[in-house]
Amino acid sequence: MSNQEKEPILSAKNLKLLTEPLGRNNPITVQVLGICSALAVTVKLKPALVMALSVMIVTGFSNLIIASLRKFIPDRIRIIVQLVVIATMVILVDQFLKAYVFDVSKQLSVFVGLIITNCIIMGRLEAFAMANKPWPSFLDGIGNGAGYGLILVIVAFFRELLGSGTIFGYPVLERLGIYGTGYENNGMTILPPMALIIVGLIIWVQRSRDKSLVEKK
Amino acid sequence: MKHFSNRYIFIFSAIMVIVVATLLSLAATLLQPAQARNLEIEKKRNMLESINVEATRENTEELYEKFIKEGFVINPDGDVVEGIDAFTVVVKNEQKKPIEQQYLPVFRAEPDDGENVIIVPVEGKGLWGPIYGYVSLKSDMNTIYGTNFDHKSETPGLGAEINTTEFESQFKGKKIYENGGFTSVQVIKGGAKENDPHGVDAISGGTITSKGLQKMIFDCLTKYNGYFQKNRI
Repeated sequence: MSNQEKEPILSAKNLKLLTEPLGRNNPITVQVLGICSALAVTVKLKPALVMALSVMIVTGFSNLIIASLRKFIPDRIRIIVQLVVIATMVILVDQFLKAYVFDVSKQLSVFVGLIITNCIIMGRLEAFAMANKPWPSFLDGIGNGAGYGLILVIVAFFRELLGSGTIFGYPVLERLGIYGTGYENNGMTILPPMALIIVGLIIWVQRSRDKSLVEKK
Repeated sequence: MKHFSNRYIFIFSAIMVIVVATLLSLAATLLQPAQARNLEIEKKRNMLESINVEATRENTEELYEKFIKEGFVINPDGDVVEGIDAFTVVVKNEQKKPIEQQYLPVFRAEPDDGENVIIVPVEGKGLWGPIYGYVSLKSDMNTIYGTNFDHKSETPGLGAEINTTEFESQFKGKKIYENGGFTSVQVIKGGAKENDPHGVDAISGGTITSKGLQKMIFDCLTKYNGYFQKNRI
């Protein structure tokens, strides 16, 4: 990596690239991108986690590739080049999932392919990788992928717990004997609208804790 | 931003496309065996589930060897067609042919309880996409021994419930013939009567999937009528 210059590999500035998207600049809750897939793959934790990792890999490496090529990419066809890189990464990830985690790839079905259309990735390529060095771009990609993944996992946690009574497939509520008190799984949480409501609640919590995110009137 | 000539842009695109194409075809070729194996295991596992044997990915091969004794292909008249491997027959492709040319796979299995059952594949349409599965019958060719259903893209929580054990186990013991006539199994909205030998409860909120499943079972099993008539005990 081209980091022998003055900056240490994980300088404060670089670390910020990694942590900002997890909170203050989260792609889902602050930039409100990638909502569609966040609704679709968060019924259970396991697919959500695999989706999160897949998006992290795609954002990280496509940022890295685009940033390394940024001086050679003709401006006029840069969007096409970005799409080709993203599509290639996504197809590779999809093929690997089909070969090694078949069950999960079955559950994610088309949504792995649809990572290509996830605005977060192209947004990062345009906004960051085209103008920055490879290493910071890679961190930025991983950070944004992780920020997306974090919300996915939080949403999936609540949806799986309330909708199916399990966590990672383990029947927690049954073991705790909650059903004995007359509680029943909430079928509504399995459906996409509930994911939107949970995302909304997360945005609410985040904004009430960090006033600087609230728009001025 | 530096200015690039058209010539440069063309060369850049050409190289990019070649590199990407090579990379992808390499990945597809190298991963193909692992993917094909996954599909094969999945198929065997579904078949085992239709005779009520729960298999994990690891022991599927072993259990398949143990329980599934043979597979053969019949024609719609019920006669065995020689020289075709039942396991490799793709039901979806067969369904596109005219009925008299279709190959119908049958698998014979001997579960632990001493029954001698046959397994037949079924395939049809749900609400959003294909649904498919296996139905196993006892040697009277009338009583359902077990079922396994799966789907490509039915609604989670509604139509997708067809692959839950609660739904599948309802089919156990149901009859597909009444006084010698083929009746199949009906999926009844609002719940089947307790002693109904041909009815199971539909899925609430999954009406079209339920109907599709009913049609799938009817359409697929009715083709085996000739075979069932000849081989019942």
